[in-house]
Amino acid sequence: MSLVQNFPFFSIIIAMFSGIFSSVLDGKKARNLSLLVIVLTTGMSLAVLHFCVRTGQSYTYMMGHFPAPWGNEIRAGVLEGLTAVLFGLVMFFSVTGGMDHTAADVETSKQNLFYIMIDLMLSSLLALIYTNDLFTAYVFVEINTIAGCGLIMIRQIGRSLSSAIRYMIMSQLGSGLFLIGLSLLYDVTGHLLMSPAKDAVAGIEAAGLYEVPMLVIMAVVSVGLAIKSGLYPFHYWIPDTYGYATPTASAVLSGLVSKGYIFLLIKIFYRVLGRENVIASEIVNVLFVFGLAGMLMGSVHAILERDTRRMIAYSSVAQIGYIYMGIGLGTQAGMVAAIFHMFTHSATKALLFISAVGLYEVSKDQKDFRSLQGSGYRNPLAGIGFTVGALSMVGFPMLSGFISKLLFATSALQSPHKMLPTVIALAISTILNAVYFLRLVITLYTIPEESSENKREEPANEEEIPKRRPVLSPGTWKLHLAIVSFILLNLTLGLYSQPVVAWIGSGLAMFD
Amino acid sequence: MSRQRDDYENSWWKKFKGWVDGEVDLLAEGMEIRVPKTQEEGEWDGKPKALMSADKMGKMTDSQKRRGIRWFRRFYQVMSVFLCLSIIFVLLWTVAYLPAFGNAGNPDNNEVSARYIEKGLQETGAINIVTGMILDYRAFDTFGESCVLFIASCCVLVLLRIDEGKAGEKARKRLAESDDRLFEPKNDVILQKCACILVPLILVFGIYIVLNGHLSPGGGFSGGAVLGSGLIFYLNAFGFRKTERFFTEKVYRRITLCALTFYCLAKSYSFFTGANHLESKIPLGTPGAIVSSGLILPLNICVGLVVACTMYAFYALFRKGGM
Repeated sequence: MSLVQNFPFFSIIIAMFSGIFSSVLDGKKARNLSLLVIVLTTGMSLAVLHFCVRTGQSYTYMMGHFPAPWGNEIRAGVLEGLTAVLFGLVMFFSVTGGMDHTAADVETSKQNLFYIMIDLMLSSLLALIYTNDLFTAYVFVEINTIAGCGLIMIRQIGRSLSSAIRYMIMSQLGSGLFLIGLSLLYDVTGHLLMSPAKDAVAGIEAAGLYEVPMLVIMAVVSVGLAIKSGLYPFHYWIPDTYGYATPTASAVLSGLVSKGYIFLLIKIFYRVLGRENVIASEIVNVLFVFGLAGMLMGSVHAILERDTRRMIAYSSVAQIGYIYMGIGLGTQAGMVAAIFHMFTHSATKALLFISAVGLYEVSKDQKDFRSLQGSGYRNPLAGIGFTVGALSMVGFPMLSGFISKLLFATSALQSPHKMLPTVIALAISTILNAVYFLRLVITLYTIPEESSENKREEPANEEEIPKRRPVLSPGTWKLHLAIVSFILLNLTLGLYSQPVVAWIGSGLAMFD
Repeated sequence: MSRQRDDYENSWWKKFKGWVDGEVDLLAEGMEIRVPKTQEEGEWDGKPKALMSADKMGKMTDSQKRRGIRWFRRFYQVMSVFLCLSIIFVLLWTVAYLPAFGNAGNPDNNEVSARYIEKGLQETGAINIVTGMILDYRAFDTFGESCVLFIASCCVLVLLRIDEGKAGEKARKRLAESDDRLFEPKNDVILQKCACILVPLILVFGIYIVLNGHLSPGGGFSGGAVLGSGLIFYLNAFGFRKTERFFTEKVYRRITLCALTFYCLAKSYSFFTGANHLESKIPLGTPGAIVSSGLILPLNICVGLVVACTMYAFYALFRKGGM
């Protein structure tokens, strides 16, 4: 076994250990350690990706001295490596971009706790990506949930506390359903590791046993993970959560956490329940319908919203809808499109949240989107970043959003019954996206008029300002670095999409 | 000229432009679907929600609105009860189709549990098979579980710890409010005498459970809980001042750090050697002896320390926002 094959295990353990070790460090050291660990794990994931692409196959890694059905196991393949690399990049730039805000929003003595959450969040995301064991997945889902809660509520203002409670309740509901699904699955298969469980499921399906429990398992696992990732009817925790947390937390939560659960769901579909069984059970059709509903309703809510951050958060609802629609198509091409959109969305949404921060800093940090008028001139780079992100979400050519929409449309053509609704919803949703994102972009580049209305509102705003911290300087190099890198990431995904799509395809082939 | 001007004022383009500039509020034009939203949107200002929405909605009369809210609540309650009942029904229905409990031919009586039972003692050196499973066969999951405890205590620290170093008026006020040491019974003789007798017994019993985790029922999690409750009892009887002589936040942090670090390093060694098919240098000892079964005993001690500290920390944080 070569050294590279140890890297998935190393990256999970290093991230966990740095979280533990940060508890005795002060804020600044914890931050540097956290950044170092993110860089290290991303580098290792890159090596794993390279190794898997070169050898053309996946491998399992025994955690301990006992082989598969008895001991824990992790597994790495092309798709795992690719996802880990992208998540690491997004994590790194989200932390760098929001670093000054974290320092300002979080109490000084609690800074190290913030970075503990970031480290453990990273470790749990990596474990969710690499795991080959259902119960390990559940344990790290728990860590992920608690870390997410901590990241939201560490900015101790009233709204973030209430949204943390809402997040916790919804998330625990999802975890509970997922756990019920796992226990039922263990009862009918007798295995917790994915590969033997898959064989057992195949045996059950071939013998025609346990039809009702299998259906309920698929439903409960899908619904549990859908609640946790914020599919449309369960999306009510999203706007508050993303809207009131610190910028890093918003970017990490919207860009990575929900994607981690979707990745786990895809992995369970492929590696445990079996793709054919899931399609035969028509669960995918339910996901498809709710995905379509989410695409439309998320955008409608975003249009009605006036607070910029909540607008971006509602747009997440729509984008999660896209991903579930791709899963719901039930074809290989649809799955590739869904995974590509997962990458697109995590790169783009983090870019939007981070550059929105730069714009807020030059606009007195008010909620109403009108306060952003002209901020594109006051902070040019953040304006460009926001525009690129918005255009990518709308599906502008050259950017990653275009490729994912193209992939969705072409994959829809291959499934005759779902072609029409998919294409129509895609068209309507694109128009709705354009409506609210372009409105924001136009607002950024409109010079405000000193009308009487604005004057009248001043006193009301003055009351709010003393409660907030002093305005930070808009143009630190960290924010610039983050925005530029996110733009480059977007362009890379948009312009060099072929290798990425090919990797996703071969990674999915390795899942079987 | 003026005619054209009028047209422009009424045109869709003008409305659209107004909306783009944020001058037209879509909610103002009677989008009644979104009424519940206005309650949530307002910044939290301490007013009850019903009052706030009453301020905002001048258009509807009070009785109309109250009836609407009452209907909505009724509908909401009925629907939630219905949803719960249907989920309960579906799950019970599923249980009816599951394999019968305790049947020898069940799918979970397969080669996995057979090997745990037959070879568990020989492979892990632990007489208590459960401990052997959680700390050797599936040790990675258990490491995750202890990290769950660690991160949960970090979250409680985020919520409840009040920084004494911060000189703000607000922090001092919160500190004074949450400090209930003034109200605690001072030198309660009955409590203290009971504690003198019971605390040593509880602590010794906890240590026994932790140390014998691989020999008899028990282990780190249960023994740690007993230890933690003993500490909490001592705290209640003698107050914070005496406890702080040996247990402060610094001690808590060091113990947690050392325990988790040891767990992390020891298990990393074992995972690494296992995955690379190297021989592990840790002897298993004779089964039944107190020092046996390789890493399980030290790992049990680590888990026990983490659990005890976490329990005590939760209690102290909820009492006074610090340790």
